[in-house]
Amino acid sequence: MKHVKTLNTAMLKNTLAKGGCGECQTSCQSACKTSCTVANQSCENR
Amino acid sequence: MIHKFNMNGVNIVMDVFSGAVHVVDDVIFDIVDKFEEYGEERVITDFSSKYSKEQLEEAISEIKELAENEMLFTKDEYENVLANIEGRNPVVKALCLHIAHDCNLKCKYCFAEEGEYHGHRSLMSTKVGKAAIDFIIKNSGSRHNLEVDFFGGEPLMNFGVVKDIVEYGREQEKLFNKNFRYTITTNGVLLNDEIQDYINKHMQNVVVSLDGRKEVNDRMRPHAGGQGSYDEIVPKFQKLAESRNQTDYYIRGTFTRNNLDFMQDVIHMADLGFKQISVEPVVGTDDNEYAIRQEDLPLIFAEYEKLAAEMYKRHKEGGEKDFNFFHFNIDLTGGPCVAKRLSGCGAGTEYLAVTPEGDLYPCHQFVGLTEFKMGTVFDGINTPELRKKFSNCNVYAKEECKKCWARFYCSGGCAANAHQLGGDILNPYEIGCELQRKRVECAIMIKAKALEEEE
Repeated sequence: MKHVKTLNTAMLKNTLAKGGCGECQTSCQSACKTSCTVANQSCENR
Repeated sequence: MIHKFNMNGVNIVMDVFSGAVHVVDDVIFDIVDKFEEYGEERVITDFSSKYSKEQLEEAISEIKELAENEMLFTKDEYENVLANIEGRNPVVKALCLHIAHDCNLKCKYCFAEEGEYHGHRSLMSTKVGKAAIDFIIKNSGSRHNLEVDFFGGEPLMNFGVVKDIVEYGREQEKLFNKNFRYTITTNGVLLNDEIQDYINKHMQNVVVSLDGRKEVNDRMRPHAGGQGSYDEIVPKFQKLAESRNQTDYYIRGTFTRNNLDFMQDVIHMADLGFKQISVEPVVGTDDNEYAIRQEDLPLIFAEYEKLAAEMYKRHKEGGEKDFNFFHFNIDLTGGPCVAKRLSGCGAGTEYLAVTPEGDLYPCHQFVGLTEFKMGTVFDGINTPELRKKFSNCNVYAKEECKKCWARFYCSGGCAANAHQLGGDILNPYEIGCELQRKRVECAIMIKAKALEEEE
């Protein structure tokens, strides 16, 4: 494409199939303790 | 739904429901939302004075291609999966242990009311700590990885009990096929070589508190007698960070209305040699002089943008001054699944806080608000309705979130902030949302600049 560069190809919808195992880190345990920050957590079930 | 923005010379278009993020040229940036709203013919007419017909047709064909590949204008299919999440039998996988409701600093913004959490000073006993370990194992179902954070007040004021709990957890994890991940949050006043060695051996992550520049830190983080804490803690934190090879820790500060130029505090910490930095906005009601107000937002947004540009610049240059800012971390390729993004932090369901007496609360910030007491580590959870309320607290249960492009990045925000400032866990704290959206944009800009650089 000439006008677009896409940053990511992993689509959210694809995580529906095997998602929700819950083994990943609880977001508030990482550093914040005051603000919910989820999107920087990593999946442990890839 | 899409969201477009320009920052630091980059045009970005986000497709909310696929999660795709595109860096686009000016033509597409100008027309993409109009195309979605009005269609091809109108766009060609409306933009004919700015772009040639060929330019517009070429851009439109690329927009159509993205849409066909479900990377643009993707439909929302997630509300339907909520039934599965809400209906899940909740397990507990993370505990925040309030090792000490006491503190050797008197930080002015402390949500724990200077360590005491609306109650009296108290220390957790080994008996309560062990019961907490038993409680989480019993309630964790098939979850293998369990998290225990040693929190306070100040946990180093009761470090013997921390050690007892760590040891007990290590024994029990073998018996029940679990893996405990320990973390600790400390102000560093009592940190010494022996404690540092212990933390490095047993804690997966450590969060240490510093607000930045000496005058900023000492104004908000004094001892009871008023003297500042900066000079005594900074050398200890530098030593700790080095001993952990500058990884698996965060030096964490809070900015308030008194230091809206908080970028200077982040840079100060980076220049002290810290590589893992988190500085967060204070949360408080308007009657506190330090609380952030709506009118402060333009200044804070500009500060975040400057910080993002500086962080990217230092990262590109590499070397000593490079650092990582927690709120600008974003994992676009391997981030959390939709179920996690919908359900958020897990407070009151997967994540609970335990008081020194063994009482259970939805999270550390609810501790002491007795209407939120959920049970005890000895007798378990005895408030099914309250747990259900938290279990159903997801992005689609919040009217504000349903309209927001950032819902899959913040996952509905902090329930405690919502309760404190919005009066209900389903009513997000607006200033917090505004700041979160800006931080997401900054994080994505950094990724986009890196992509440009690669090419």
